[in-house]
Amino acid sequence: MMKKILAILLAVLMLVPALALGESEKVVKIGVFEPASGDSGAGGKQETLGMQYANELQPTVEIGGETYRVELVYADNGSSADKAPSAAQQLVSAGVSVVLGSYGSGVSIAGSPYFADAGIPAIGVTCTNPQVTAGNTHYFRICFLDPFQGTVLANYAYNEMGVRTAYCLAELGNDYDVGLCTYFQKAFEALGGTVIFDTFPTNNSDFTSYLSNATAIGAEVFFCPVSIAYSSQIINQAASQNVSFPILGGDTLDSNVVVEAAKGTNVKLLITTFYHEGGSPEFDEGFKAYINSNAEAMTNNGGNDMIAAVSAMGYDAYFVALEALKAAGSTDPKAVNEALWNVTYEGVTGMIAFDETGDAIRDSAYIKTANNETGEWDFVAVQTVE
Amino acid sequence: MMSTVLPYLLSGISVGGQYALIAIGYTMVYGILRLINFAHGDVFMVAGILMVYISASGLPLYVSIPLVLLITAAIGFTIERVAYKPLRDAPRMSVMISAIGVSYTLQNLVLYITGGLNQYYPSIPFISESVTIGTATTKMVTIVTPVLTLVLVVALVLLINHTKIGMAMRAVSKDFETSKLMGIKINSVISITFVIGSFLAGVGSLLYFTNYTTVIQTSGAMPGLKAFVAAVFGGIGSVPGAVVGAFIIGICENIIKGLDVILIKAGLSKQMMGLTTFSDAFTFALLIIILVVKPTGLFGEKTTDKV
Repeated sequence: MMKKILAILLAVLMLVPALALGESEKVVKIGVFEPASGDSGAGGKQETLGMQYANELQPTVEIGGETYRVELVYADNGSSADKAPSAAQQLVSAGVSVVLGSYGSGVSIAGSPYFADAGIPAIGVTCTNPQVTAGNTHYFRICFLDPFQGTVLANYAYNEMGVRTAYCLAELGNDYDVGLCTYFQKAFEALGGTVIFDTFPTNNSDFTSYLSNATAIGAEVFFCPVSIAYSSQIINQAASQNVSFPILGGDTLDSNVVVEAAKGTNVKLLITTFYHEGGSPEFDEGFKAYINSNAEAMTNNGGNDMIAAVSAMGYDAYFVALEALKAAGSTDPKAVNEALWNVTYEGVTGMIAFDETGDAIRDSAYIKTANNETGEWDFVAVQTVE
Repeated sequence: MMSTVLPYLLSGISVGGQYALIAIGYTMVYGILRLINFAHGDVFMVAGILMVYISASGLPLYVSIPLVLLITAAIGFTIERVAYKPLRDAPRMSVMISAIGVSYTLQNLVLYITGGLNQYYPSIPFISESVTIGTATTKMVTIVTPVLTLVLVVALVLLINHTKIGMAMRAVSKDFETSKLMGIKINSVISITFVIGSFLAGVGSLLYFTNYTTVIQTSGAMPGLKAFVAAVFGGIGSVPGAVVGAFIIGICENIIKGLDVILIKAGLSKQMMGLTTFSDAFTFALLIIILVVKPTGLFGEKTTDKV
């Protein structure tokens, strides 16, 4: 008898949270498909920080006349294409309305089919490889693309730096690295320069021989658009080899971890990126205050309050997602997907609108250089390509 | 010609010395227990992480370095006592699986503590400094590594050949059961083997991470694997074999990375052929060839079947 009563009581108790939830507030879930570990873990965490800050500023959204609380659902894709599918499935089964991410094109491509099958739209934040959005209708992105970035870098190297021989280094099998190097090579050779292209295996940490290669062939620039972990090692080893050429990088190198590595050395480092600190003073100030008020955020940002471009992009991506939810007037992923095509949003990184493949229409990139004394990024130029 | 090859040779000797220090741990444990200690590469990585955290706590280097080596040796000892000793009478396969378990435990523990982000190895004065040799500029550690490796190996060989504990080790590796019957304290011999192996892995990690300055939970995997290849290459169970194997692998690997450039400079080739990509493939192809041609490795013991 006692057992029966207890059983009924427990059953009733289990219903309580369900009831409570149903009555109190409506929740819309946004999936955060970012690496929190692995080679790109540092970058993924900074991108996520932008979303978390945006979520703190704007925790609710008006959908179809009702106020919904926005809940961020996290899935760690581990920076690796073989872990990405299970992270994607995790988000699908959590019932998210839209996905943000990822940092890194390879993982985005690997996760993409799972979102497609579930009919969930995804907004790529800083995945710059064309294949992410090509040939599908559910993947969008708010950043520029590698053919553009590669061309910008090639033009800058050839015209502004006066370089004629370039050495490219990419991680073998990494869609982002290899893609960007290839676009750079195409553009640079079209201009009349010579390119030597090498690849290194995953988990390699000895870059001394690649640096020796570049020195031996007389390279005037060392282009390595690789993950943060590799690039800081390359800079470190370049410094101890006393190399004569500057190091050129893509958007991945825009991290305080990388600029720290260049601090106190003679290595000249130039990168292209999405955002430069000072682009939106209001965002800069708010974001810094957010990081300084939260110890965990500080750790995830690499221990200081420098603003990475990916954080600004994560921030914009969150608001683009909210715009899409508002326009859809529903939390149904399919409706959000339809609505995304027409979303326009003035973000801190510039105007965001999508073209027919789902890519952001962007025509300019920032070029920054590492200040070897202060360990901060200095603004160099805005490079535009038609 | 020499000036082209020199930088690759230096990198190779340096990384070879670091592989050697790890390879000794594999080969000694194999010699005594007939166990491939898959957790050894991770002990090496943990030593790196320990150094990061201990030096971040503000201890001076003359305290933190011995402390790291001490703790690393203690970790090796503990792993053996906890994960391998209870399985002494179990089939060898069980011990190996236990080793794989330890390897994953260590990796995930470090993943949990570091949050999966790269940790920056503190720079150790003197060996972090740049030095110019001929046409190549490199870190001091490149020169220190082979010297230190050779000193440690000579000391180890002396220990094995001329001390009582060394004699016990040789006896145990010759015949486990008989030496037990002869009154050798098997457990303490095995423990000392693990302590020495882990200590050398700790020294290896100091040198390795001074050169390649970031540590992450998977940092031990590749060096561990290559050191294992080196140990097999040199003849697993043989300490000098492991050292020679490690240097050969380190040098070959780096020469391959620069082979295109060397060939062009020597006028043997006109264009880049992308050979660099195969530096790792080469290492493992070498392992296969050695196993096919000479299954016991360069200095491997001859196995005679007792009837």
